Amino acid sequence: MVGTAVSSLFSHWRRNPLQLAMLWLGLALATALWSGVQAINAEARTSYAEAAAALGQDSLSRLVAQDGGAVPIRDYLALRRAGYLVSPVITGEIRDEAGRLRIIGIDPLTAPQEAGAPGLGGNTDLAAFFTAPGLLLMTEATAEGALPAVLPRIVIAEGVPPAAALTDIGTASRLLGQEEPSYLIVAPAQPAGLPPLAEATSLLLVAPETSGDVARLTDSFHLNLTAFGLLSFGVGLFIVHAAIGLAFEQRRATFRTLRALGLPLRSLMIALALEMTLMALIAGGIGIVLGYLVAAALMPGVAATLRGLYGAEVAGGLSFDPQWALSAMGITLLGAGAAAAQAMIRTGRMPLLAPAQPRAWAQASDRAMRRQGLAALAFFGVAVVIGGLGGGLLAGFALLGALLLGAALALPVVLAFALGIFARGARGPFAEWLFADSRQQLPALSLALMALLLALAANVGVSTMVGSFRTTFTGWLDQRLAAELYVSTADEAEGLRLQRFLDDRADAVLPIISAETRLFDLPAEIFGIVDHATYREAWPLLTSAPGAWDAVFAGEAVLVNEQLARRQGLSAGDTVPLAPGLNLPVAGVYSDYGNPSGQAIVGMDLFRTTFPEARADDFAIRVAPEDAPALATALREEFGLPDTAVRNQAQIKRFSLEVFENTFRVTGALNVLTLGVAALALLTSLLTLSSLRLPQVAPVWALGVARGRLARAEVWRLLLLSALTFLLALPVGLVLAWVLLAVVNVEAFGWRLPMQVFPADWLRLLLLALLAAGLAAALPALRLSHMAPARLLQVFSQER
Amino acid sequence: MPSMTAPVLDLSGVTKRYPGAEGPLPVLSSVSLCLAAGETLALTGESGSGKSTLLHLAGGLDAPDEGRVTLMGHDLAALNDAGRAKVRGRHAGLIFQQFNLVPSLTVAANVAIQARLAGRHDPALDSRLIDRLGLSDLTARYPEQLSGGQQQRVAIARALAARPDVILADEPTGNLDEATGDAVLDLLLDLVTETGAGLLMVTHSERLAARLSRRLSLSRGRLEAS
Amino acid sequence: MRILALLLAFLAGPALSQGFAGLGTQAEGFAVPARDPVFDFPADHGAHPAYRIEWWYLTATLTGEDGQDYGVQWTLFRSALAPRTAPGWEAPQLWMGHAGLTTATQHFSAERLGRGGIGQAGVTAMPFEAWIDDWSMRSTARTGEDALSALSLTARGGEFSYALDLNATGPLVFHGDEGYSVKSAEGQASYYYSQPFYEVTGTLSLPGGEVAVTGNAWLDREWSSQPLSESQDGWDWFSLQFADGARMMGFGLRDRAGGVFTSATWIAPDGTETAYGDGALRLTPLALTEVAGRDVPTEWQVELPARGVDIVTRPLNPRSWMNTSFAYWEGPIRFEGSHAGRGYLEMTGYE
Repeated sequence: MVGTAVSSLFSHWRRNPLQLAMLWLGLALATALWSGVQAINAEARTSYAEAAAALGQDSLSRLVAQDGGAVPIRDYLALRRAGYLVSPVITGEIRDEAGRLRIIGIDPLTAPQEAGAPGLGGNTDLAAFFTAPGLLLMTEATAEGALPAVLPRIVIAEGVPPAAALTDIGTASRLLGQEEPSYLIVAPAQPAGLPPLAEATSLLLVAPETSGDVARLTDSFHLNLTAFGLLSFGVGLFIVHAAIGLAFEQRRATFRTLRALGLPLRSLMIALALEMTLMALIAGGIGIVLGYLVAAALMPGVAATLRGLYGAEVAGGLSFDPQWALSAMGITLLGAGAAAAQAMIRTGRMPLLAPAQPRAWAQASDRAMRRQGLAALAFFGVAVVIGGLGGGLLAGFALLGALLLGAALALPVVLAFALGIFARGARGPFAEWLFADSRQQLPALSLALMALLLALAANVGVSTMVGSFRTTFTGWLDQRLAAELYVSTADEAEGLRLQRFLDDRADAVLPIISAETRLFDLPAEIFGIVDHATYREAWPLLTSAPGAWDAVFAGEAVLVNEQLARRQGLSAGDTVPLAPGLNLPVAGVYSDYGNPSGQAIVGMDLFRTTFPEARADDFAIRVAPEDAPALATALREEFGLPDTAVRNQAQIKRFSLEVFENTFRVTGALNVLTLGVAALALLTSLLTLSSLRLPQVAPVWALGVARGRLARAEVWRLLLLSALTFLLALPVGLVLAWVLLAVVNVEAFGWRLPMQVFPADWLRLLLLALLAAGLAAALPALRLSHMAPARLLQVFSQER
Repeated sequence: MPSMTAPVLDLSGVTKRYPGAEGPLPVLSSVSLCLAAGETLALTGESGSGKSTLLHLAGGLDAPDEGRVTLMGHDLAALNDAGRAKVRGRHAGLIFQQFNLVPSLTVAANVAIQARLAGRHDPALDSRLIDRLGLSDLTARYPEQLSGGQQQRVAIARALAARPDVILADEPTGNLDEATGDAVLDLLLDLVTETGAGLLMVTHSERLAARLSRRLSLSRGRLEAS
Repeated sequence: MRILALLLAFLAGPALSQGFAGLGTQAEGFAVPARDPVFDFPADHGAHPAYRIEWWYLTATLTGEDGQDYGVQWTLFRSALAPRTAPGWEAPQLWMGHAGLTTATQHFSAERLGRGGIGQAGVTAMPFEAWIDDWSMRSTARTGEDALSALSLTARGGEFSYALDLNATGPLVFHGDEGYSVKSAEGQASYYYSQPFYEVTGTLSLPGGEVAVTGNAWLDREWSSQPLSESQDGWDWFSLQFADGARMMGFGLRDRAGGVFTSATWIAPDGTETAYGDGALRLTPLALTEVAGRDVPTEWQVELPARGVDIVTRPLNPRSWMNTSFAYWEGPIRFEGSHAGRGYLEMTGYE
């Protein structure tokens, strides 16, 4: 019996393939966007875990130099000769025009078992591994990526961190031009009878990284993505809801007939549930495939973002995880269930003998409208309260959620109000009918319009944020990259020769020197700068105490970046512990975009005495702009420097902007997809309505309004509704942008940007929204204008 | 074939009220009637006299407030929705004024649907009925491609294909022109006679009512002999 | 770490015969031992990077102040991936240290690996020191005397350490033909000499505390590029000290087919050596002990009829198992029969 019922229910989809496509498309898109984002997050987290586990970082302590530089070989040997089990690692990045690669050089002879260095294949030539030119072990994905041109032989091996090569320390030393270990791994079990390691060396003992700084830094980024995925999923469900609503509405008579013919209600409900489950499984399957494709397409951008922004290495490829697919399917079933619940309940309650007249399936009374308005006000209230309490990424997203929900609920109320005003101003019976009819249709259309509102608001918000960011960032780059040339030298000697060479050729040579350290127990960098107008005049300070630069150059104060200042709540005058026994007051805070970590700047003299081991290999060169190209050429020739070692300002800016563009590429892509989904939601709703509205349209036609005019009126009406929706979306989007800039970004990236508005973008978005609405209205309108008069006449000749 | 004497349908003291603005309005008051196998009974009355309500109660589409409805020995009041649906599907064939075909199914599938739901589908009977009702060339069509008379013939075939013991017809020719309506009624009466099922037909047409073996009239919810 | 396992396949030594039988034939680019060697000391006490493998191998039979027997092993292996040295991290020369300490009830072992170019491990001839990490064998000989005539020796494991002072009471002893020691019928050979006459004092650190010890020790120096014949898969090596001050070294290289290639050196108390070629020495296993999941012959009948030797050896601890990357049995023994005394036994290639 249920089988017969299911097959007769399915016959509906065979007869209405477009509806079926809508349902599948909605579900598949919702699943795809949500699961795609999940896949990206999962892949990135796996990469972090792998990176954290690489060489046992998550379980083994390390020894690092106090100044953040390399560990002198003599210190390493002294520890070994004292009997301590420590193992050297030389790590760094090689980069050329062709690509980049992180090199991790280990000493397999001394590496503790817990470091878990991956094995060489059975036929790997050990002599080749240990002797020049050496071998590089990397994953297949890394090997297929863009790599530097000249490399030793590559051997594919599992378990190597993404975008990195594992090799013998000797090979790493040659490739990186670095003799001394970057750090030492400490074996967990040390031989009997030795004093504690901390007493035996002046090197700094760093505890294992249990959670991983990278994971913590990138958490906010992933939360960001998740929020977008959720938004897309929600918008997708609007389509599903519309498509299911349509399918149920059109089959009301069939349900009743089947029951009259002897199908119990319970069997009907089981059949419907089976039908929906099957639909969700098929659509979910399509969605998972789509989601995988979306994720795979976005993954390189995400990887570039994470690398550019956080220095986190994430594989550019995507591996398929059945667990991910299963959870995506679960979400799809839940979503389809939620979307179908209302229609199912209504079907369950539908009396067998109710007059079988077609009616809008979401006919809302004035009372319902009032309720919705109150709910919207409540959500706005919650948003204001959360905004007032402030703080925290989650609070930021909660604020956004409340704001968007409130706006969505307020939309029908606002539209009804607006249509009421238009109706009063309308001239002529047709216009009066049109506005009255529009108001009546609102409940049916409102879900789709809400989807449009959400998509538009998100679009306004995100593009405002990205635009503000771009403007600020570009201006900041101009200030920050004031020097005409930037030169990298291979070692200290070359640096000294360079400085001598430039003595009378450049206006100033500013060493770029830094030491990696920890500030407030998080990784941070301290820079030393020489007293020069470049800094005093151009360095972008957000806040500063009077005489800030003098104090910094005198070694009496420190400048901190915005990220550190925000994280630690520092302002001018607060004290920062820079090194043991060195606490300096904050003289000012500077903006530092594109870097999530803490940073501080001290005067060069103080820097030299605090970090005597640090070397200046990079230099900023001030020279008359017109002389810069000639000087760059001279430097390349004189020092035999590769092109990549001498860069002009424009090159660096271009690179920085690339990093920036990558950062928001994913956000932009999701944004466009969401808008597309909203347009589909509109189309589905209109298709639903067009068949249901015949009884309303037919009498008007009979009274002498041409089909073409009716069809055009349908299009105009939707354009009007969409424009009104856009008007409401605009302020919502601006508040969204403000929240993103002032709350979410501060939490996610550690910097706050001044908000700027881009009305030209709004106009483009309005046109885009109207285009989407116009396209959505076109198909039903075309149908109406070509509808056989007989179909319209049927309205009079038969009730369904 | 059921015995000529055993009633296929028995209504006794049936009362039905619908909620109204000033308390419940009685639609049917203490109506009793009995239909024997092979008997054809016309139920006439003005609009709002309660004809359709009586037919719905007879088919178990609705439950009476008082009284009993017995369909082929099953007390419908004692059954739940599922039980009533089962008895209806097994023993009653319903024919509506608006035909109520499933729009997404072909003529052939529509004819078979009730029999299949009742688990007593007989393809041979289907084709005999299709042939007899002159639908042979239309089996692959969908309802919207049929005329009103054709649609009602499909509905009749659907009702009979389930081999019901009683046919409940609500203005079966109400949406058809006179000539078509007469032809459809001729077919229906012939087939009812052939199968030996009982027929309870609601109509407002005296002319049509006269063609049935017995006739009752409803006025303001009460039966009047006529 | 599989790297290590593979790496060690290249570290050929008497302790590690299993699994690299094929190496014996591949001496491309490496120097090969030749007959009639002329040793140049102290230079030849140092490393010979042109040869594939080399070791400084010391075993000591000791007696504690508590009256208990102890055994100590200290070994530094050199294994060349290429017949050259390189400064810095590049590692054509790999080094491996093994240290063992045996009591009647316990056996401790430790292992260290390192590369030569940065100075983590190596051997210098002048002044003589062989070291890896904090393990060291350092000459304390007076100027003018052989560098190996007095040594200071230290090693440290997870649960033990030792520091010993050694003084030789006799000369260096050259095995085989003036130090050219043949290892198989096919002619595989090594340079091989020993200092078998050390008297030892020192301290052992055990989990239970420190023990002062005295006793005797034996140092083997050997280098080669083709240590074994292809068909040989293990060996049994004995060093024996007799009551009258005489010493004896004997080994049997076990052929996969079941044959044994034996070799022995008789060392008179004054250091005069007599070499005995294949067949003169007979080694017969008497009793097996299950150690680390395999059966190892821990009691032997050792016969050298030419010297009237017919003895049975028994281990101080039948479970003297060196739990190193490539595991083997190495421990002190006592023997009785035609002669009585103490010695050291090493057995490799038992799977």
